[in-house]
Amino acid sequence: MPEFLQFAFSGLTVGAIYALVALGFTLIYNASGVIYFAQGEFVMLGGMVTVFAHAAGMPLPLAALTALVTAVVIGLTLYKFAIEPARGASAVSLIIITIGASILLRGVTSIVFDKNFHSLPPYAGGEPWIVGGAALLPQSIIVLAGAAAIVAALWYFLTRTLTGKAVLATAANRLAARLVGINTNAVVGLSFAVSAAIGAIGGILMTPITFTSYDSGTLLALKGFAAAMLGGMGNPIGAVVGGLAVGLLEAFSAGYISSSYKDAVAFLVILGVLFVMPNGLFGRSGVERV
Amino acid sequence: MTTYLRRSLPRLMAAAAFIVAAGAAHAEIKIGAVLSVTGPASFLGDPEKKTLEMYVADINAKGGVNGEKINLIVYDDAGNPNQARTFGTRLIEQDKVDALLAGSTTATTMAIIPLAEEAKIPFINFAGAVQAVFPVKPYVFKTPHTDLMACEKIFEDLKKRGLTKIGIISGKDAFGASMLQQCMTVTAKYGIEVLHQETYGPSDTDMTPQLTNIKGKAGIQAVVNPGFGQGPAIVTRNYKQLDIKVPLYESHGVGSKQYIELAGAAAEGVRLPASALLVADKLPDNDPQKKVVVEYKATYEKNTGQPVSTFGGHAYDGLMILVDAIKRAKSTDKAKVRDAIEATKNFMGTGGVVNMSPTDHLGLDLSAFRMLEIKNGDWTLAN
Repeated sequence: MPEFLQFAFSGLTVGAIYALVALGFTLIYNASGVIYFAQGEFVMLGGMVTVFAHAAGMPLPLAALTALVTAVVIGLTLYKFAIEPARGASAVSLIIITIGASILLRGVTSIVFDKNFHSLPPYAGGEPWIVGGAALLPQSIIVLAGAAAIVAALWYFLTRTLTGKAVLATAANRLAARLVGINTNAVVGLSFAVSAAIGAIGGILMTPITFTSYDSGTLLALKGFAAAMLGGMGNPIGAVVGGLAVGLLEAFSAGYISSSYKDAVAFLVILGVLFVMPNGLFGRSGVERV
Repeated sequence: MTTYLRRSLPRLMAAAAFIVAAGAAHAEIKIGAVLSVTGPASFLGDPEKKTLEMYVADINAKGGVNGEKINLIVYDDAGNPNQARTFGTRLIEQDKVDALLAGSTTATTMAIIPLAEEAKIPFINFAGAVQAVFPVKPYVFKTPHTDLMACEKIFEDLKKRGLTKIGIISGKDAFGASMLQQCMTVTAKYGIEVLHQETYGPSDTDMTPQLTNIKGKAGIQAVVNPGFGQGPAIVTRNYKQLDIKVPLYESHGVGSKQYIELAGAAAEGVRLPASALLVADKLPDNDPQKKVVVEYKATYEKNTGQPVSTFGGHAYDGLMILVDAIKRAKSTDKAKVRDAIEATKNFMGTGGVVNMSPTDHLGLDLSAFRMLEIKNGDWTLAN
């Protein structure tokens, strides 16, 4: 039983990070139909900027805030100068643009900062708590709580505020949204800013556990994308469930089956699910509105 | 056809003359380096590049080798074996180098070996794994200790402490996989019994499931972690987090201060085999290696402002062995330089005493490794 709990803790911590990346994918996909492969780089930026701002003498909260603002500014800049001008382009072109953007971000980060791995001190003590015989790091709780808080805030924003409803309206039908007076360009820009912020927060929270380096975003984007697909592209609940599921799958297959095949097992299960449910666990079926 | 030839012949001759003249005007020793300066193995390639540039500039300032300046050409393969091969080809065919000091990782080295063998170019590499020089290939040499030696050193220490039942958690990258394989070949020699084995991916961020299984296995007296990069740092942290009491042994792949920084307090008490360079200041004065390691450490730290790692030391050893061989061969003739490298005897490097032979293109023995223990965030000699 302690083993089971330990695997679950491990899976939930890693899964919460995947969930945050998947949420970023979802938000942008909803608002603009773009699959934004640079999403992982914002996680990396959140971690790297915090590390270097902290190393430069800033107190941790200020460093984290700096990282958040930097990520949002870069997210908006990328949207303004890379995504928006290519609005009419095909999905494939847009995906290639986002991959290009992610390579650019990685390259610039490696030059501006460095190519080493970095860590941050844990925010709430490094000693693990023992729960039912399994060790749980306070930082893992912080990552999970942070993910939960973001999901709650996002839910509130999307369903209880006018701006949030404008995002949903744009997602549902951009033309109709424009007809009722919503500035859809601003809404799409906002969704890029918010998803950059979500990514950065993920990076800030996870760095004490997972370390960060200029190229740590690539794998996260891949896992986050898998999570978003599993949950159903475009569904925020699906993104969270998908992220946690991928994390748990990895942990349990590493623990119970074989650590050599844990990624293979996780992806096999995802493929299996998508085979039966092509739109993912919570995906909308592809009904065309006429 | 004949008219074409007649017309172009003078031009061809002029071109040939120009190439010959250019060659004569630049009598220099060309050394090509393909290193993983960026990417996941940058902690290997970066100090190697800095070391080579630093010491080549130093040698040139002092008049070069045999009166000729060294021209060092460095390419960055970013840890990618495909790029390593491309740059290796470029160095050999386009830059026409006299020797290669290349290969920061086992994977990139293995990509360059066939090129060097085919072109018959002396090639000293910085790969950790034993495959780089075993079986012996005529033109391939290496300076870092092998993973097999690291295993033997670890097992020797385990045996001394009476710990014979171990668990192994290894990285799935080329280095981790090779070291695991080498470790398994010498378990019987030291009476070591491996009760449980786990692996992790090179960019995994959590190894608690694997370590939980090791913790749950009854009778394990120590854990060995063959791997390099950030993986071992996460293993070390998770190890502490799960409160596993038995001693943890890391490999020589973590021999840089970055490991201690990343693993933090969890690194306390971790043991690893490494070169004397890491404990340069703590060596007794009568240690024959003390002079060379203290000098290299001081030079590196003064020039780069960064703490010394064993990896830059491997590049130093490679460069010095090559320069020494070129001096003894009194030319850059590739076959003569190769013979001279193979005849290297009693060379005191940062990695230990090097005695090459036709059957040993590494030339180090187990005494070159020191067993270190991390205490108070620093390397110390374990007793």
